[in-house]
Amino acid sequence: MTHYDVVFSGFGGQGVLFGSQLLAYAAMEAGLQVTWIPSYGPEMRGGTANCTVVISDEEIGAPLMRRPSAVVALNYPSVQKYEPLIAPGGLLLYNASLTLRQPERTDIRCVPIPASDTAAELGTPKLLNMVMLGALLQITGVLPVEAVEQSLEAHLPAHRRDMLETNKLALRRGAELAQTLSVMA
Amino acid sequence: MAKQLMKGNEAIAEAAIRAGVEAYFGYPITPQTELLEYMSKRMPELGRVFLQAESEVAAINMVYGAACAGRRVMTSSSSPGISLMQEGLSYIAASHVPVVIVDVMRGGPGLGNIAPSQSDYFQMVKMAGHGDYKPIVLAPATVQEAVDLTALAFDLAERYRTIATVLLDGVLGQMMEPVELPAMRALPTTPPAWAITGAAGRAKNSVVPFRMQADDLEALNLELQRKIAEIARREVRFKEYLIDTTSGSTDKAELIVVAFGTAGRVALSAVKAARQKGICVGLHRPITLSPFPDERLSQLADEARGFLVVEMNAGQMLQDVKLSVGGQAPVRFYGRTGGQVPMPDDIALEIEKLDEMTGHPLDHKIEGPVALRPVDRPARRQETSRTSRN
Repeated sequence: MTHYDVVFSGFGGQGVLFGSQLLAYAAMEAGLQVTWIPSYGPEMRGGTANCTVVISDEEIGAPLMRRPSAVVALNYPSVQKYEPLIAPGGLLLYNASLTLRQPERTDIRCVPIPASDTAAELGTPKLLNMVMLGALLQITGVLPVEAVEQSLEAHLPAHRRDMLETNKLALRRGAELAQTLSVMA
Repeated sequence: MAKQLMKGNEAIAEAAIRAGVEAYFGYPITPQTELLEYMSKRMPELGRVFLQAESEVAAINMVYGAACAGRRVMTSSSSPGISLMQEGLSYIAASHVPVVIVDVMRGGPGLGNIAPSQSDYFQMVKMAGHGDYKPIVLAPATVQEAVDLTALAFDLAERYRTIATVLLDGVLGQMMEPVELPAMRALPTTPPAWAITGAAGRAKNSVVPFRMQADDLEALNLELQRKIAEIARREVRFKEYLIDTTSGSTDKAELIVVAFGTAGRVALSAVKAARQKGICVGLHRPITLSPFPDERLSQLADEARGFLVVEMNAGQMLQDVKLSVGGQAPVRFYGRTGGQVPMPDDIALEIEKLDEMTGHPLDHKIEGPVALRPVDRPARRQETSRTSRN
């Protein structure tokens, strides 16, 4: 049985919504069940925004969970918020470019991705969400990077079409970084 | 048609459009505003009526007017907005005109908050306004079901000339899931025979929300009750999971969780987790809250060892479950209020408690404590021995 749950969290404007939606689209297009739910409370108006994605090959019950099994933290407040919550054996993928201290838990896997720096090197700092998503795909194997690239082609808004190739590059760069880090670990 | 990833609010709006809604009147309120926003774009594109009223009171009366003219019409709101519509809803019920209402519930009472809740079960299921009547209430648990039930709401509203409500909460309104949308239906070509359309060349129609003589008003009430009874006979819907009623089956659920909407789908995760631990538990998820699946629950109560009702409120559907079970088995309750969503591990813990409590046949007459979740709860409870059974 396939069952993944992942929380994307970051500042508004960091691409939390689009990055997580892209994963949801790719899951749907791969024929899987998926739920995507944003936080829509007052915290989205200044502070961290987060989205929870559940992917399964069975009917999905709870679309929210107390202890997520994976968290993609795009900023430092998200690391602080989610590090204590991740289920034992889970994954914390964090944007090392913006993180002030290393996570401390030893019962989860913590993978630093220099996402903002990498996106800046690619010439578009805003693509840090794609770098992180690429890394998530590489580490979890939930879906192939190519599947998400196809969803990107289908769902990138018309006024951003000129950024399609750069988005794909950022995804692949994230996957490569995660692979290198995994080999080093 | 390929599946699309849609938010509950937007999917309901598109489903209503495809079901042939001719006019939408509403007023924005979180967490249902995307529904109104979607309508504001799509309805004018299709040459249909969209109007953002000055208030919910105005919106429901516009709905009432359009319905009297025989038009397929709807509105949507969230809890405080639905409270404002109560008078209009009662007038609509008295007038026997079909309307569809979508209520995306949020935390109450008062202005409350914008977080998901199920605390308006009583308000919608029991009356929705003053006087003796009940609307049809449909409670989806997935975005696909929200789409399907929206189409059904229009069908039932017109078949019975009644109010049909789609009752959901902020989770379903805001959540995206893959949906398959139905084909676009043709708009009605001629208004129903009772509609107020101008009486040229025919006898005058009358659609009024009053009967001044007691005899006449009682006749109206009897007609409403006849309709409610007919709906109860014909339109009960529910979905069950892991309840195997085959006699002699070893998989048969001994414990039944009853939950609707978002609480229902969260409970499904808990029920599956409890099954993994060897507890014979199943889930009954009412889809029609009105008419309530009381006969089915009564039937399940013949053999079940106990029931657990889970709601995002202080225990409202609980009363209907208790009436249906009729004292045949203990009924426990677990609820969260204030916009909190119950978590699967909390419900799983409650299932374990129910299992423990009903593990001994002599305990059957002991009613479980009807308590809300305590503020402090130990993260894990020790595995309970169940050697007293099997």
